[in-house]
Amino acid sequence: MAGLSKIILQRLLLGIATLFAVSIIIFVAVNALPGDFAQSILGQGATPEAVAAIREQLGLNEGPVTRYFKWLSGAVQGDLGIPMSQALFQSFAGSSTGGDVTTVFEQIVPRLKNTMFLAGVSAAISVPLAVTLGILTALYRNTAFDKAMNVTTLSAISSPEFFLAYVLILFLAVLNPVFPSLSNIFPGMEFSDRLNKTMLPALTLTLAVTAQMMRMTRAAIINLLASPYIEMARLKGLSPMRVIVKHALPNALAPIITVIALNLAYLVTGVVVVEVVFVYPGIGQLFVDSVKIRDIPVVQACCLIFAAVYILLNLTADILSIVSNPRLRHPK
Amino acid sequence: MNALIWIIGGLIVMLAVAWAFRFAAQKATNDKPYFRDMPLGVAFGYVFAAAALLFSLWYFFQPQAVDGVPQPGVIFFRWAVIGLLGFAAASWVFRTVFRNVGTENSKKLFRSMPLTAAFGIMIIFIYAIVSIFAGLIAPYGQEEILGAANVVAGGDPALGGNPEYPLGTDQIGRDIMSRLIYGAQNTVGIAFVTTCLAFFLGGSLGFLAAVLGGWLDQLLSRVVDALMAIPSLIFSLLLMTIATAWAGSEAWLVTIYMIFIIAVIDSTRVFRLSRAVGQSIVVMDYIEAAKLRGEGMGYLIFREILPNALAPLLAEFGLRFCFVFLTIASLSFLGVGIQPPKADWGTMVRDLSQFINFAAFAPNVAVTPLLAAGAIALLTVAVNFVVDWMLHKSSGLKE
Amino acid sequence: MSDLLLKIRGLKIEGRSDETWNPIINGIDVDLKKGEVLGMIGESGAGKSTVGLAAMGYTRDGVRISEGSVEFDGVDLVKASAAVKRALLGKRIAYVAQSAAASFNPAHKLIDQHTEGPVQHGVSSRGESELDGIELYRRLRLPNPEEIGFRYPHQVSGGQLQRAMTAMAMACRPDLIIFDEPTTALDVTTQIEVLASIRDIVEQFDTAAIYITHDLAVVAQMADKIKVLLKGDEVEEADTRTMLSSPTKDYTKSLWAVRSFERPAKPAINVNATPVVSIRNVTAAYGTVDVLHDVSFDIHAGRTVAVVGESGSGKSTAARCITGLLPPRIGHIEFDGEPLPVSYKQRNKGQLRQAQMIYQMADTALNPRKSIGETIGRPVEFYMGLKGREKRKRVEELLAEIELEPTEYFNRLPSELSGGQKQRIGIARALAAEPKFIICDEVTSALDQLVAEGILRLLAKLQDELGLSYMFITHDLATVRSIADEVVVMKDGEVVEQGPKKEMFKPPHHAYTDLLLSSVPEMDPDWLTNLLQERGVDNIGDAAVDKM
Repeated sequence: MAGLSKIILQRLLLGIATLFAVSIIIFVAVNALPGDFAQSILGQGATPEAVAAIREQLGLNEGPVTRYFKWLSGAVQGDLGIPMSQALFQSFAGSSTGGDVTTVFEQIVPRLKNTMFLAGVSAAISVPLAVTLGILTALYRNTAFDKAMNVTTLSAISSPEFFLAYVLILFLAVLNPVFPSLSNIFPGMEFSDRLNKTMLPALTLTLAVTAQMMRMTRAAIINLLASPYIEMARLKGLSPMRVIVKHALPNALAPIITVIALNLAYLVTGVVVVEVVFVYPGIGQLFVDSVKIRDIPVVQACCLIFAAVYILLNLTADILSIVSNPRLRHPK
Repeated sequence: MNALIWIIGGLIVMLAVAWAFRFAAQKATNDKPYFRDMPLGVAFGYVFAAAALLFSLWYFFQPQAVDGVPQPGVIFFRWAVIGLLGFAAASWVFRTVFRNVGTENSKKLFRSMPLTAAFGIMIIFIYAIVSIFAGLIAPYGQEEILGAANVVAGGDPALGGNPEYPLGTDQIGRDIMSRLIYGAQNTVGIAFVTTCLAFFLGGSLGFLAAVLGGWLDQLLSRVVDALMAIPSLIFSLLLMTIATAWAGSEAWLVTIYMIFIIAVIDSTRVFRLSRAVGQSIVVMDYIEAAKLRGEGMGYLIFREILPNALAPLLAEFGLRFCFVFLTIASLSFLGVGIQPPKADWGTMVRDLSQFINFAAFAPNVAVTPLLAAGAIALLTVAVNFVVDWMLHKSSGLKE
Repeated sequence: MSDLLLKIRGLKIEGRSDETWNPIINGIDVDLKKGEVLGMIGESGAGKSTVGLAAMGYTRDGVRISEGSVEFDGVDLVKASAAVKRALLGKRIAYVAQSAAASFNPAHKLIDQHTEGPVQHGVSSRGESELDGIELYRRLRLPNPEEIGFRYPHQVSGGQLQRAMTAMAMACRPDLIIFDEPTTALDVTTQIEVLASIRDIVEQFDTAAIYITHDLAVVAQMADKIKVLLKGDEVEEADTRTMLSSPTKDYTKSLWAVRSFERPAKPAINVNATPVVSIRNVTAAYGTVDVLHDVSFDIHAGRTVAVVGESGSGKSTAARCITGLLPPRIGHIEFDGEPLPVSYKQRNKGQLRQAQMIYQMADTALNPRKSIGETIGRPVEFYMGLKGREKRKRVEELLAEIELEPTEYFNRLPSELSGGQKQRIGIARALAAEPKFIICDEVTSALDQLVAEGILRLLAKLQDELGLSYMFITHDLATVRSIADEVVVMKDGEVVEQGPKKEMFKPPHHAYTDLLLSSVPEMDPDWLTNLLQERGVDNIGDAAVDKM
């Protein structure tokens, strides 16, 4: 067992190191903004006082290394700074007004929860669906059913999310008003209502992710079914059910877990476009809005969160597949 | 609640029919092994497919308008079915033609080709022609503002259309058909250039890392690992923020920056693949033989490794092109990609998207945003079909 | 009802490629009585495994039985339903696969997989079958029989796994076992104890068996009668002794004759002559682990030195040291008395040209995108500076030398050649450099016996004509016997023994050489019986190696 925990520890450290590297990349990228950061945001017409105030607000008077570590240590403690819009407001209104300032953290948290809810609903639909379909297509491979599924999933993977979204809106919101096409979610909403309004974005994501996950599951299972020990199990006269449950499944677990984690990581990216289409108040929408108005602290923070989730999911996939490998679980 | 009862009831009925179907088939064929060993699930599959087909057929022939009121559900369904069958028929004809015309090798290729791949090649072919000759084909300029705004597609004056603008005009009166055609040139062209750049970058570094190994390989691989830890769309959005700030009021610069940003981000994936492919070739004995002969690095890479890496790289090129194309479309859709007034499909979808809400009473109006989005989807689906066939073929040859 | 257990009539099998069905087996009959062992031999592609599986009513994906019947105890397995077949498989017909390591499920313990059959078929309870499993392990002479079953497959060695799989096949005391090349992947010293165990247990339980192999000597020990297959057709069938002593068909005769190829002995080496290649006190390491320890031997002009040893003995590492791919940690290589730079990167063209290499896997040794002309032409151009028509002429000469029709093969790609032809191209590429010395790394072990013999004869002919020196790396002692002048025996990175072939094949030997030599199966059907009597069951195989 010592070997196993050592490998896992290694992976964890690698994950943290990657996150650290990513934070540097994000910071460097943001600091590549041309000229004076504050000036370029306020534009040429800004008064020197306003620029100075902004600089003060964003802590631009310090060196880049100091700023990086301040940002990083703040980020670790949940302090992501204040959004540019707030900083602007304060610099014009005079920094003494203070009062009800919304920090980046406060802005992000409720939206992150919404996004998690959306991703959770799509995962709850897509994972069982994809695994079932993947196993079925693997078992009945090269049949008409398999070929039809192949064409369908390939088309779904290839289509941009907004195309899938508008097709779903067309059929499920406009022509047959089953679900609302706008997802105006707000706090204190009833769960069923919330679910109803989340359904269309969730279905869009489901379509995009299920196809990919199903194809990968199918490939993993086919690969597995070709292995000699499955042939051996059949030649022992075991029932097809037992061959699958007892011999294929324990070994299929690792690849399927990896497939699921990788696709959940993909959800993170997919969520951005889908949230914009459905005006869903999640972190993706916030990110895109901030990108447009160049609200750097928010962009930085969103980017870091997206990357962290992505790294975490990939790490989970990695560790789970290590843990489920009998060779590592029972060393010589 | 009612719907649930209907669904469950339907399933039970189909299951019963499936059992009866299997029983009848066993009796009729005198216990042929196929029916004798058929699981009930498979029989259910047949019955379900038959039911779906029958329903589609029935729905297809429903009236398109009742008492003068159009039935958009039926209309859209008919468009979809006719489109699908039309494409299938066209690709069948396309394949049949090329099975009989061309060189021996190309004929052979088309003979073993599934319909999906033929469809893919045909679409890629059409897109290539449209994007190269966009200026000749398009009836109007892409930035040309014409007299009438918001002309409905279909060209039927009774429904607010105009035969001069078969696909209608947008909010400020630009011909949608011309913009779609120019969009092919802009969107596809930019995606193609970007992919080539990504391949040049990632490919050359990947092969170098594979052949040289050592610290260079370690360094490049770690950098690529770190870059790949940020989801690519997020990363490109972040960099585009900065790019727009750099570009200032020069809209065309944004496009140039975008090409470089996406090429760099995407080259990490190319690097991974070409490094892996390179490494799998480097361990071959014929490389060892060449090394022991005293061959130089250039000979090794260009004469021994590259010819063997072409097939997997070509398939990857297709996949990467789709990815780049979708990323650019998404960026444009989000408003930070290709800048107006250049016509671009992603931007068109965003600008026209509100029309989809008119679908319930005016199907012709709702179809325009779907046309632009569909143009994107059609190309990526086509490329993916071809790549899937190529991968299938190369894996089949290995056995 | 006859006493036939298995009766196959007119069996035809087809395989699918490029959407069409092509015949693999063209009508084969098999009769097997209770307790009888049939040996099925043939080269790769003969369809032996396909017939073996078909005897269980099973076909792999993309293969189907198109005609004929497979009657097991009166039940036609071709027509039987899946349920009927399942009731027979594992219980009355069992299977032992070639690779035990891949055929045991990595997720379950050995004993769990062992008891699965009996419990599922209702033959015995879990507890009974567990005890029976331990008893079988003991009878198959597995070490620690009480404990070994509770390990996972990856925790057990290959030879032991193969015996555990035989035990698993025996679990329900079947009437018929199909053995599909059970010892092919094993080293000779391990093979012998698996053979002995299998033979004993089959005899003890009076089980009928089909033993599939490409190795004549192995089948001679195991089978009561032998059937020879060639490309899906039966060549002939007879009882073992008749078949060995007087085969009737030409193909069978040629198979038998392979093992008699031997070169005449050469005069003794002049002790004062400078060896072409001399390996001097070489110690080499991968990373920090030494894999060669103080290895020294010489290769003289016009001579063949066979380097023999089992997998992991360091024979290929020695070759890598000579070519300069792995610079030795201590020691050096001399060529014609001159020390060579340790790394190939520091050697000049002339030095590189003099030592050439031929590889085991001809598939990976030839660039699949280059035509034969390009492959052979490159060293001609690179070393000799020949271009255009001169180059072409030289390549054609070389093709003629390796006995391939020059004009026909010049423009072909490697994928259009057979395994033996590819290996010949590898030889031609080495010859193109006009070297003094060639390393042959297991050049015949991936080939069928008849093809391998052709390659050996060609190498011998080239040596006589061109005065080449060979370093011949192999694990197969029959190959050593046919081509070597001197022999170097290696074990665990050390040279155990070396000397002229004549002396090496005569006692007294070093204990390991002795074990290695005695473990090579011979064509004599009584060989295994005699050997076991002579040495006792505890002095063969891994047990004997461990004692050293």
